Amino acid sequence: MIALFLRDLKLALRAGGGFGLGLAFFLIVTVLVPFSIGPGTGLLSRIAPGVLWLGALLACLLSLDRLLALDWEDGTLDLLATAPIPLEAVVTVKAAAHWVTTGLPLVIAAPVLGVLLNLSPEGFLPLVTSLALGTPALSVIGTFGAALTVGLKRGGLLLSLLVLPLYVPTLIFGAEAARRGAEGLDPATPLLLLAGITAFVAALLPLASAAVLRVNLR
Amino acid sequence: MSIWEYANPKKFLTTTERALPWLWALAIACLAVGLFWGFFLTPDDYRMGATVKIFYLHVPSALMAINAWLMMLVASLIWLIRRHHVSALAARAAAPVGATMTVIALVTGAIWGQPMWGTWWEWDPRLTSFLILFLFYLGYMALWAAIDNPDTAADLTSILCLVGSVFALLSRYAVNFWNQGLHQGASMSLDKKENVADVFWLPALVCIAGFLLLFVALVLYRTGTEIRARRIQALQTRERAAA
Amino acid sequence: MIPDLGKYTDTVLWSYAASIALLVGVVVATLWRGRKVRAELRRIEARMTGKGPGNA
Repeated sequence: MIALFLRDLKLALRAGGGFGLGLAFFLIVTVLVPFSIGPGTGLLSRIAPGVLWLGALLACLLSLDRLLALDWEDGTLDLLATAPIPLEAVVTVKAAAHWVTTGLPLVIAAPVLGVLLNLSPEGFLPLVTSLALGTPALSVIGTFGAALTVGLKRGGLLLSLLVLPLYVPTLIFGAEAARRGAEGLDPATPLLLLAGITAFVAALLPLASAAVLRVNLR
Repeated sequence: MSIWEYANPKKFLTTTERALPWLWALAIACLAVGLFWGFFLTPDDYRMGATVKIFYLHVPSALMAINAWLMMLVASLIWLIRRHHVSALAARAAAPVGATMTVIALVTGAIWGQPMWGTWWEWDPRLTSFLILFLFYLGYMALWAAIDNPDTAADLTSILCLVGSVFALLSRYAVNFWNQGLHQGASMSLDKKENVADVFWLPALVCIAGFLLLFVALVLYRTGTEIRARRIQALQTRERAAA
Repeated sequence: MIPDLGKYTDTVLWSYAASIALLVGVVVATLWRGRKVRAELRRIEARMTGKGPGNA
């Protein structure tokens, strides 16, 4: 399992592996927002938490169709399915690797982009905490979506359609925590609920992802 | 004689063929009576005026939007556990009907909200939940349409329906947390005190029956269509194999 | 013919029109597809039985 994890990391980090693509997308979305709504700092700082969360979510979404597709094409998934580790573990490891290569950079980059959007000083810690707690859920849910659409030729758009409604609870609690933090309110309640969702999703969704993958590998 | 006999497509087709004319007639009769009663014969509400008449459409369609998803959930579970093809096809057949019901609930709600709340759309928990439900219907139908192998499609959509149900419920509570709404509470609860007056309630009940019967008739008919479509596919494959 | 709906005439009539149109729409779409599939199946079954062995 650790070997699989390291292999996924290595593949993602190699040139053309897609690492940094999500990050660049996140950067561009954040930079485009002031162009589209105007440079007024008051408005920007009010919407900053929401924009950063949305940007992180879209960046996550963007990298999902590569999550399993490459392994599907070259037959690695068939090998993994017959390997002595359960498929549930495989999808969990895949989701973890996806988070480390996509979610974690977003969490680290978010404060920098927060400066660009005039995020209020007390908002940084809740923003980073909520992203750190929430992006794993995005990776796990995304793995489920990727597993559903892995056999399809043009799965990318369908993948977004399927995954976006599933992202709603995570987005609501994550953005709410970041917003409350930025407005100087106590973000503890949404943060706890967010953590609850992440734990719940990480515990149960790999079962569904593995079941779906088994169907697709039949 | 058990309900599982209807898992046989032939048996299903012959039985529904006999029941469907009655169902159609009953559904249309209930809808006609209920809507006529509601539209022409009920008084205006002292607070909402004539707009109360919209509820004979809004409440039943909203109920059916949720119940259709529940029916799909049950049918998906039956497919996953007992592998009856009819069950999977019934879930597929119900999805567009449920989506239509969701749209009706949303549209009537928006038209009603315009004069009452002063806005077409409000990010109110119930409205938002219905929008999310609609997205789930869309995703479910898109997944069915995207996969060629019927058994794979049935498996994948069933699991999506299961996972989607959990997330729809989660979203419902998340949305509640996110914004307190304008929408009134349950108007159809069995608790008499909170209930609306009988004058409004009885025609609404007939309308609910009409929507329910229409839904059942549509789903049975559509399931029959899906069974035949599946058979066409099977015959064509056999033909190609023979050629 | 139409009862007095006061200032909400448009609202009520539009929602009835929209809902009934949607209901009729889904029913018509259902029947139309059902009929098409039925005819198609009848054609294929006739063709297959016409060809002798291999029919069902």
